[in-house]
Amino acid sequence: MVALLSALLVTVFLVRITLGDFVVTLPDVVRIVTGTEIPGASYILMESKLPRAVLGVLVGLAFGVGGAIFQTTLRNPLASPDVVGVSVGASTAAVFTIVVLDQRGVALAAAAVLGAVGVAVGVRLLVGAHAGTRLVLVGVALSAGLYSAVQYLFTRADEWDTQIVLQWLIGSLNRVDWPTIQVLSLLLLVVVPVLVVLSRSARASELGDDAAAGLGVPPRRADLLLLVAVLLVGVGVAAAGPISFVAFLAGPIARSLNGGRTTLLGAGLVGAIIVVAADHVAAYAVPDVNFPVGVVTGAVGAPFLLWLLATGRTSRRS
Amino acid sequence: MPDLPALPDRSRTAGARLRTERVTLGYGDRAVVTDLTTAVPDGKVTVIVGANACGKSTLLRGMARLLRPTGGSVLLDGEAIASLPSRQVARTLGLLPQDPVTPEGVSVVDLVGRGRHPHQGALRRWSAADEDAVAEALRLTDTLDLAERLVDELSGGQRQRVWIAMALAQQTELLLLDEPTTYLDVAHQVEVLDLLAELNEARSTTVVMVLHDLNLAARYADHLVAMRAGRIVAAGTPAEVITEPCVSEVFGMACRVVPDPVTGTPMVVPLGRAARHRTQEVPA
Repeated sequence: MVALLSALLVTVFLVRITLGDFVVTLPDVVRIVTGTEIPGASYILMESKLPRAVLGVLVGLAFGVGGAIFQTTLRNPLASPDVVGVSVGASTAAVFTIVVLDQRGVALAAAAVLGAVGVAVGVRLLVGAHAGTRLVLVGVALSAGLYSAVQYLFTRADEWDTQIVLQWLIGSLNRVDWPTIQVLSLLLLVVVPVLVVLSRSARASELGDDAAAGLGVPPRRADLLLLVAVLLVGVGVAAAGPISFVAFLAGPIARSLNGGRTTLLGAGLVGAIIVVAADHVAAYAVPDVNFPVGVVTGAVGAPFLLWLLATGRTSRRS
Repeated sequence: MPDLPALPDRSRTAGARLRTERVTLGYGDRAVVTDLTTAVPDGKVTVIVGANACGKSTLLRGMARLLRPTGGSVLLDGEAIASLPSRQVARTLGLLPQDPVTPEGVSVVDLVGRGRHPHQGALRRWSAADEDAVAEALRLTDTLDLAERLVDELSGGQRQRVWIAMALAQQTELLLLDEPTTYLDVAHQVEVLDLLAELNEARSTTVVMVLHDLNLAARYADHLVAMRAGRIVAAGTPAEVITEPCVSEVFGMACRVVPDPVTGTPMVVPLGRAARHRTQEVPA
């Protein structure tokens, strides 16, 4: 399963960096990456195609893994960070930083992470320890409130800023640069090993809080895992905006591919595939129009959410 | 309310790895169990009974380290259980909660294998010992045939056996069960309790469980603890505890106690209003 998904990701990645309005052949890609300068192709690959694809993979991994942790820990496929308001929290903080504080760069990323953590803690305080429908409803209500705050800030923004602000509404890989990628990969390198250790208890936690405690899972383990997931999502939003529904879709898709068993790595790979593929579609589906990637993922994700609601697969309690 | 004679609690003299010392347990500010001291006799089946909301499940949860005492302590091998590492407790003491969650699409062998969690470390993954423990748990619970089936597809009785197998795979010397027979019909209740009694005999596992049915409790318990309003009213053998005055105090219900025709253990026959009514109508 992991091998299959990895192969698919490599394929999508290669398609993304070679095909398009300007085709760069695979041999040329190898030559450019190893240092040869090819006029035109070098610029397109190194300044657009390659960084976009790499950022797509990193952000997709972060959203996929973060979403799957939420859904598994809270035992509810609806309780993904983009549904319960964590992503919007990051967006709101980012937009506030741009429009009101007029800051960019590290301050912006830090604000996005703080926004994500703030919403997560807020939801937790409002809901209490009981996950479930109440959590989703509180999250949706909070998201709506935050969206209106973003819309208000949007009307106050300078004309130059509106394009940037728009990214934090929809999610886009358009403003990619290599420093962002470096920061994001560094963070993932730190977070992923921590996750591997922490998530060892996920199989026990799935059996309910009491059973997990009976199996020796420390009581605060679930909260710790959620915090790591919030960080992943916050960092992802800081880099590319809240690419809608990726965190929500990746977990359930990986799960069904894995014979119904939860797989964090699988969810990360599915997330990466979705983002890179959606970015390719967004860039080339309509000639001369470069949609933000979030438009495509949103178009795919919304029907899936409706299907989940219609078939009643919103709770795995039995 | 008649005065009850102080019953000798034989568990205090016997060995007791799990005991409570004036423990107070509750949720938030509300204390459900207050100042309770008791001991679980080693290698025996202990059953906690009492009316709804008397604190029996809370006591069990406290013993299983799910609740941190707000006063006093729960002692496991002489040490406060709250201060012991989670994993160490989970290797000694297993718990089957009242309402565990069955993950979607999980097979029997996968679920039972999760009972090995406290025996696995960051470096030590699945081993031959784990394999053996799972196989033995499946065999003891008579669920080997079900190993590859999905837990969702099983009947209530089969599913409960599988959950017990999960707790057995944990290979603990103490096993705590919160109402293991809820949602089961009477035949499956007896089946599950027979299984636990056999385990207790075969492996001398110390079993502690909360049960609702007094007559089944009297039948399967070596040691019976009757609770009311967060305190122990009586503790001892079923014959010592199940008496008419005691049942009347614990459940507020008038009854007759007669010998169980099958086992000779005490059997509670409630009087109830309907029963009284009918005996008047039928001429003797």
